[in-house]
Amino acid sequence: MEQFIQQLVNGISLGSIYALIALGYTMVYGIVKLINFAHGDVFMVGAFIGFYSITILDLGFFTALLISMAACAIFGVLIERIAYKPLRNATRIAALITAIGVSLFIEYGTIYIRGAQPEAYPNGIVPLKSLEIFGVKISGQSILILAVSVFLMIVLQFIVHKTKIGKAMRAVSHDMDAAKLMGINVNNTISATFAIGSALAGAAGVVFGMYYTKIEPLMGIIPGLKAFVAAVLGGIGIIPGAMAGGLLLGVIESLVSAMGGSLWRDAVAFIVLILILIFRPAGLFGKNVREKV
Amino acid sequence: MNRVKKAKGFWSTMAVVVIFSVVTQFLINGGTLNSFYVNALFSIGINIILAASLHLIIGITGQFSIGHAGFLAVGAYASAIVTMKLGLPFPVAIVVAGLTAAISGLIIGIPTLRLRGDYLAIATLGFGEIVRIILLNIDYVGGASGMTVSHLTTWPWLVACVAITIVVIVNFTNSTHGRACISIRENEIAADAMGINTTFYKVMAFVIGAFFAGVAGALHAHNFYIIQPTNFGFLKSFDILILVVIGGLGSMSGSVIAAILLTIISTFLSNYPEVRMVIYSLVLIVMMLFRPQGLMGTKEITSFLKLGKSAKGGVHHDGKNTTA
Repeated sequence: MEQFIQQLVNGISLGSIYALIALGYTMVYGIVKLINFAHGDVFMVGAFIGFYSITILDLGFFTALLISMAACAIFGVLIERIAYKPLRNATRIAALITAIGVSLFIEYGTIYIRGAQPEAYPNGIVPLKSLEIFGVKISGQSILILAVSVFLMIVLQFIVHKTKIGKAMRAVSHDMDAAKLMGINVNNTISATFAIGSALAGAAGVVFGMYYTKIEPLMGIIPGLKAFVAAVLGGIGIIPGAMAGGLLLGVIESLVSAMGGSLWRDAVAFIVLILILIFRPAGLFGKNVREKV
Repeated sequence: MNRVKKAKGFWSTMAVVVIFSVVTQFLINGGTLNSFYVNALFSIGINIILAASLHLIIGITGQFSIGHAGFLAVGAYASAIVTMKLGLPFPVAIVVAGLTAAISGLIIGIPTLRLRGDYLAIATLGFGEIVRIILLNIDYVGGASGMTVSHLTTWPWLVACVAITIVVIVNFTNSTHGRACISIRENEIAADAMGINTTFYKVMAFVIGAFFAGVAGALHAHNFYIIQPTNFGFLKSFDILILVVIGGLGSMSGSVIAAILLTIISTFLSNYPEVRMVIYSLVLIVMMLFRPQGLMGTKEITSFLKLGKSAKGGVHHDGKNTTA
């Protein structure tokens, strides 16, 4: 039982990282209907920016987190402006292939600039104590990850539901053309979406680095794909769905590794994806929509 | 009359292929071509098969599948088991590899091909990863360290497989079934409304594509001495995808030309893998921004040769027009 709860705790911290990345996927998909394959690589870039801010600039954890979020926001907007904006009216396959191209470009561009060798995140930047509740040891890092994720998710909910730009985002995602007619600047709204999503990915990168201590240029691929799975699981385009999907996926993964299937962990995420797509393509929180010619 | 003409064209093409293959074989045996060039030739052949098989799925049927390396892996491992563990001859291995991949294509195709566009892409990507992880976890095929395979891929086998692949896929495209597939690519819901069994044709194209990917897997496995699950990750799938996309979504000759060109380029860049991938990805982005239909679009090389006759799409041998 204690083992089970322990795994549950691990799963929740892992899941909240997935949830942070998944939010970016789901917001972008909700607005431009594009799987932003490069999102996982923005996460990787965020981890590296955080790493360099801590080691080279000698900054504290929270400053590094903020710098990384800001840099990733700019980076995300740049990607959108350069690569995706010209393709807004192109076929979806063209957009998807571009996203794959951007993803490969960021990965191998990073390798080209700094080499493929991994880096170790420094330990003990934040004074962390482990908590023990009913015999379950919760590491300080888990608490930190959870606190950062929950805080960012609350901020996001606030932005989406209480601010003007959030209202614009909801309008554009509902009907882009109608929003344009109502005087909403669609381009700026899409850029804002990319900025927010990428900032969240950057934050996820820094906390991921803290948690797993090892970062490398290709680290964004698998968490990126799993975060997409999480977004689909919750119903793509739905913000609470992405959070729930991320947490659920993290918990499922931890339980699978706890049952001795750690080698199968990565496969489980994809099996979950295929099952969800077959049985409930709109996701757990989604409604079915009729398609028209 | 038309049929006689076409048959003549077919046999003359085959004669050219045979002559080419015999001449190249002599050059290889005589040592005129050193091992670097021979390797490049073999990679070109394998990539042509892969590009052609994915072209059938993406270019003709419009199903965006990015898990093609999964079928390649299935074929490679199946053929390696046949020759190395069971001791059967290489031709049997090629056929078994194709059939195993086709069966896995059927198993994965029936449920996932109900999905569209991006969802299908991500599901097939997931499938490719699942195959890789399964292979990683089976000790019988060596797990992460992989299997050693003896070098059995010979030039005549390779040329024969490439020729068969191209002939089968071209003929399929020009058949009734192929036109049904093209109609699905153009508009799936409309095709469905016109009475085309879309699921059937999508699965059919998927299975044929998987079959040839499996054949390519057999040739690949018996060309490189060792196969490991890491060789069949989604980077490999993206490599194959790039061939099809750059050649032109919907153009067979485009895929083949892209396979030849890109294999030559990447062979020369193989000493600088980072540069290679950076260039690849830039080409992919620039291509999509400025020419999203690929080098050839949906045109075939033959429509350039007989200009004027078929300016729009292709006039097929039965006289019917398709705006491919």
